Amino acid sequence: MQETKKTTKERHPMPEQPPELRRHNFLEVPLGYTEEMARAEASRCIQCKTPQCVLGCPVAVPIPAYIKAIAEGRFAEGIRAIWEKNALPAVCGRVCPQEIQCEGRCILGKKGSPVAIGHLERFLADWERANGDGSLPAKEAPTGKKVAVVGSGPAGLTVAGDLVLKGHDVTIFEAFHKPGGVLVYGIPEFRLPKAIVEAEVKTLEQLGVTIACNTVVGRAVDVSELLEEGFDAVFVGVGAGLPRFMNIPGENLIGVYSANEYLTRANLMKAYDPLYDTPMVPGRNVVVVGGGNVAMDAARTALRMGAESSKIVYRRSREEMPARVEEAHHAEEEGVEFLLLSSPLHFDGSSDGRLTSVTCERMTLGEPDTSGRRRPVPLEGSEFTMDCDLAIIAVGSGANPLLTSSEPSIRLNRWGNIEADPENGKTFMRGVWAGGDIVTGAATVILAMGAGRKAADSIHDYLTRGW
Amino acid sequence: MFTIVRREELVPSSVILHEIEAPRIARKAKPGQFVILKATETGERIPLTMADTDADAGTVTVIFMVVGKSTSLFATLYEGDAYSDLIGPLGRPTDIEKVGHVVCVGGGTGIAVLHPIARAMKKAGNRVTTILGARNVDFMILKEKMNALSDTFIPMSDDGSTGRQGFVTDALKEILITDKPDLVVAIGPVPMMKAVSELTRTDGIHTLVSLNPVMVDGTGMCGGCRVTVGDQTKFACVDGPEFDGHKVDFDGLSQRLQAYRKVETEAMEDHRCRMEAQARKIEQA
Repeated sequence: MQETKKTTKERHPMPEQPPELRRHNFLEVPLGYTEEMARAEASRCIQCKTPQCVLGCPVAVPIPAYIKAIAEGRFAEGIRAIWEKNALPAVCGRVCPQEIQCEGRCILGKKGSPVAIGHLERFLADWERANGDGSLPAKEAPTGKKVAVVGSGPAGLTVAGDLVLKGHDVTIFEAFHKPGGVLVYGIPEFRLPKAIVEAEVKTLEQLGVTIACNTVVGRAVDVSELLEEGFDAVFVGVGAGLPRFMNIPGENLIGVYSANEYLTRANLMKAYDPLYDTPMVPGRNVVVVGGGNVAMDAARTALRMGAESSKIVYRRSREEMPARVEEAHHAEEEGVEFLLLSSPLHFDGSSDGRLTSVTCERMTLGEPDTSGRRRPVPLEGSEFTMDCDLAIIAVGSGANPLLTSSEPSIRLNRWGNIEADPENGKTFMRGVWAGGDIVTGAATVILAMGAGRKAADSIHDYLTRGW
Repeated sequence: MFTIVRREELVPSSVILHEIEAPRIARKAKPGQFVILKATETGERIPLTMADTDADAGTVTVIFMVVGKSTSLFATLYEGDAYSDLIGPLGRPTDIEKVGHVVCVGGGTGIAVLHPIARAMKKAGNRVTTILGARNVDFMILKEKMNALSDTFIPMSDDGSTGRQGFVTDALKEILITDKPDLVVAIGPVPMMKAVSELTRTDGIHTLVSLNPVMVDGTGMCGGCRVTVGDQTKFACVDGPEFDGHKVDFDGLSQRLQAYRKVETEAMEDHRCRMEAQARKIEQA
């Protein structure tokens, strides 16, 4: 106890692969806590009477309880405490922006660093995978009700996990050949190993969830047909998978990718692995446009694919960058260069249509716009041109109309997102719920899970008590 | 897994037909729509437009030419083998209406894509003239079927080994003068679709083409298949694959189709070397 008291101010850092090594491989960057590190870090938690951290978690994980369990070495109990609220702890521990959620509210953060809640959640999930006895959470008696979940991203997986535990018969329909949504096609291996996603999905299957891959709802079957086929409720969690382009000259040159395409080829299709058949344009001088986590993922992936230089071009300054501080920091350590206050004007190519350069202009920050961020304003005569044979556009994504256009009774807002009650996920179509990015626009994994949780509760109410 | 129930070599070792069990897709598919196939865990996703569907049997039929590693791999699948993944129906179906005289122009494996569309056009009460083009008699696939469903059937070949010697555009030129069509549907190699569209542009005859850009997901989430149509960027997988031939930027499409030519050639070479090595091993044993 003596020793832990001395170290209460700063958190225990998680060991990482050194930057010069990891920029050439796809292995996970943070290596995880050892049992000793986890127990020492868990001992920093002061077990608040009214824990703020839980309020900061969109799915209200009982944080102090599992941290106490770690401190006392009761790891199996700890993971079970998390499972009551979160079916995907190995994922959330890795990709949640804890600094603006649980850890952002930790009281220790006021005078030192907050408890490493995310690292500890990850530790328990990893410990369970390595040492657990495979025992599953208890399920309630079968209700005879059938639920269809459309999309197997974080929102859909949460709904499926919640409802199967409540005794409902759940089928997930997924358009891709693998479940996981952005967890498998978007977030790279070095941030979230795909084996972990597979393990968490497998747990759902062991609980009795059926996963029908290769099924494009909206084409192979419509939402209303699912209801006619005998599903009592449908949850739509199809995400925000429509890439935005900038509509500037040269954007259709060979070598210009949407981040969605680039990351799908790399992550889902494993283009980085010579055993897999999907090809990718190997970039030497790579430019990634955008400043979010997706841009960081793309720039870091390009380095690992052998790029000599990988640059982030972002039109605002570092402060406005929407990427997590940790991700931007990791990218920079690995050698990604940041060209801030810059925006592409046009791409240029060779006579056979291949990208050779990008011309950008410098920006300055003007008055705040509707988003509250200062609006970038071009600086006259500031154009500059860079060699570039691979450009990745990561300026956000919108709602994919494939499903929603096939079902007009699901009402949409003017951005094409589904209108759903923020409290319970109900749409304007009876028996149909929606949640995650298809409702909110591109957001975070844990917010999608939070929306899934609310929808699952509401679906359960409906199935047991009526609309 | 999606099991192959029938395999036919329409052109020996070159053009292969697979009839595949996929009841959900067979029930919903309409002419003009496509599927994405992936043969194995490590394989890539390849789009192919359906040549036929049988809702009762629960099968879809694809016809492909062996051009690279993936199609070579597909060609090694026989009856009873299976694709690991089959996704569809994808894309927008063809607008089938009674318009009068429809001229269907097909080239190469594009004939397979044209087949269900021509049949639906006929069924909708149109008078159908079909012009098929192939390098020689062996490569003119579905000849009897297309002949049977057409009011007028005009085969053309590069070497004159079937029908007349010449290009599909030679036959189309004459029809434009003698028997003006109300609609032209042209499906085949990009240069052919471009040439047909150029021919019909002067008379303003509505011309549909079916585009075949590089695709990954086929559901509109990556934009890899983007094409320029009337100065707008369209995603062929969700906005197409059919577009107004008079508005398509065929040169841009041709260029983007070359994106992976080098890696594709390397993959094919590598594949061939392995197959040959394997064959030698089998011979020695």
